[in-house]
Amino acid sequence: MSRSGAVAAVDGAATIVRYALREAVRRRIFAVVVVLTVLFLALYGVGAHFAFRDARHFAGPQRVLDPTAFTGATIFGLAMFATLFLGAVLAVFLTLGVARGDSESGLLQPLVVRPLGRGTLLGARFAGAALFSSAYVLAVYLAALLITGLTGDWWPDHVVGPGLALAVGVVVVAAISLACSVVLSATAQGIAVMMVYGAGLTAGLLGQIGHALDSHALKTIAQAATWALPFEALYQAGLHALVSNTTGLTGAVLQLGPFGGSQAGSASLVVWSIAYVTGLLAIAMATFGRRDL
Amino acid sequence: MPAALAARGVDKRYGQTVALSGVGLEVREAELVGLLGPNGAGKSTLTKIACGLVRPTAGAVEVWGNPAGSKAARRTIGYLAELFRFPGWITGDELLSLHQRLAGSGGGRAERRELLALVGLPDAAATRVEAMSKGMQQRLGIAQALVGNPRLLLLDEPTSALDPVGRRIVRDLLAELRGRGVSVFLNSHLLSEVEQVCDRVVILDQGRIVAEGRPDELARPRGVEVDLASGTRTYEGATRGDVPGIVAELVAAGERVYGVRVLASTLEEVYLEAVGGRTG
Repeated sequence: MSRSGAVAAVDGAATIVRYALREAVRRRIFAVVVVLTVLFLALYGVGAHFAFRDARHFAGPQRVLDPTAFTGATIFGLAMFATLFLGAVLAVFLTLGVARGDSESGLLQPLVVRPLGRGTLLGARFAGAALFSSAYVLAVYLAALLITGLTGDWWPDHVVGPGLALAVGVVVVAAISLACSVVLSATAQGIAVMMVYGAGLTAGLLGQIGHALDSHALKTIAQAATWALPFEALYQAGLHALVSNTTGLTGAVLQLGPFGGSQAGSASLVVWSIAYVTGLLAIAMATFGRRDL
Repeated sequence: MPAALAARGVDKRYGQTVALSGVGLEVREAELVGLLGPNGAGKSTLTKIACGLVRPTAGAVEVWGNPAGSKAARRTIGYLAELFRFPGWITGDELLSLHQRLAGSGGGRAERRELLALVGLPDAAATRVEAMSKGMQQRLGIAQALVGNPRLLLLDEPTSALDPVGRRIVRDLLAELRGRGVSVFLNSHLLSEVEQVCDRVVILDQGRIVAEGRPDELARPRGVEVDLASGTRTYEGATRGDVPGIVAELVAAGERVYGVRVLASTLEEVYLEAVGGRTG
């Protein structure tokens, strides 16, 4: 591609991203997201306040369990779960019907006959959804982090890594959703992606059970499933990083909760996630490029 | 100069269904070609192939010498789909602005204003699509297709939702575009419209071209009718050129001639004969 061609493609992609964001504003998607997120964070703040207050009695006379670390890590782990879920829902809705769905309704054809091209259009829709949903996840993560820290004076062992893991996790969800949009109608796409998302979470739960039972088979199945759906592996890596330096009884008790079986993040997970998203987008673009509209 | 649109031996199959079979046609510069045919004849499929939305199973389609669907071809076309939809939240001006950016048009506000005026929507710049009637949306669709001064306009049933005034506006617009050198490929069910505005007509049936030519070429002579004192006499097979002889003969025979009409088949009759009365 020549330089002028590349500039035109970037300009066209930026136009589509702005178009998608303007659509989200006009359809009050952003307003709904902001209102519901504020409600969620308010509820989380109230919950965190009472959790920290009531957990002071957990420690016992010897204070072998750190109630603040235990409570903070548990509720913040829950906040991460909710944040990933909200981000995933947002990523799905921002990519809902962008290929086949819009083609069936006649919205797509006027756009793809323009010089922009199908691949750039699809890439731009992905970029818009990925940018917005990952920024959203980071914002909610930081807000939950501040609420937890200011309410209970607890801060995770690592701050940046878990947030980035969640952000990349929703990018993976956006890529899965976009790929599904090429072959499925909008309703089928939404159902399929949310079921895939549920399958990923189930794999994570399976890993916890396997960890509690020390079942090698369950742990292996869960690990394979979470890598097949890397948003779950990223989420677990984020969870792991929250308490990776927490030791003693507190660390051991935390492993019985949502942190059980969580895997440490690694460079290979990051590389795999990037390859996964790139591969999905390449398949989606190739399929979309051949499809009769 | 290459043709605005050239199709050669185009086949399109959807599984076992043959949508197009061996279709070949040309649209030249500043020519307005009408495509007629019953539902399911393959008209929209051919138009979509010309836009690059659908791939032919066999054959080749070129737009100004470039393969249909290539970036070079897409830079030169404007397209209005039969079943199109614009987002309800967008205004007329925003829609045209979006397409200006996608088409690389530097026409700015002046172009948008001119296009809205051309399609009879001068006051619709700030109106959201959801607040427009179907006819207004269709005219906005035509304005959208004209963004960036396309050299080839592909219109699939552009007047299907328009009232008589709206159709008149579109007819006048097409004539004006032809005057500006724009080539138009018009897919329509409305025979009278095609007859009035098109330079050439192509009739498609069951994926094949069954008739092609200028409307007046297709309209074959059916005879001459002469009003006489004794009533109307018909000379079947006679043409315009036979009229002086017929009149002279009648006058010589002492008849008084009150009127003469040259009969020709209408495009509708030609169409019905070509498609065998079939409907999709």
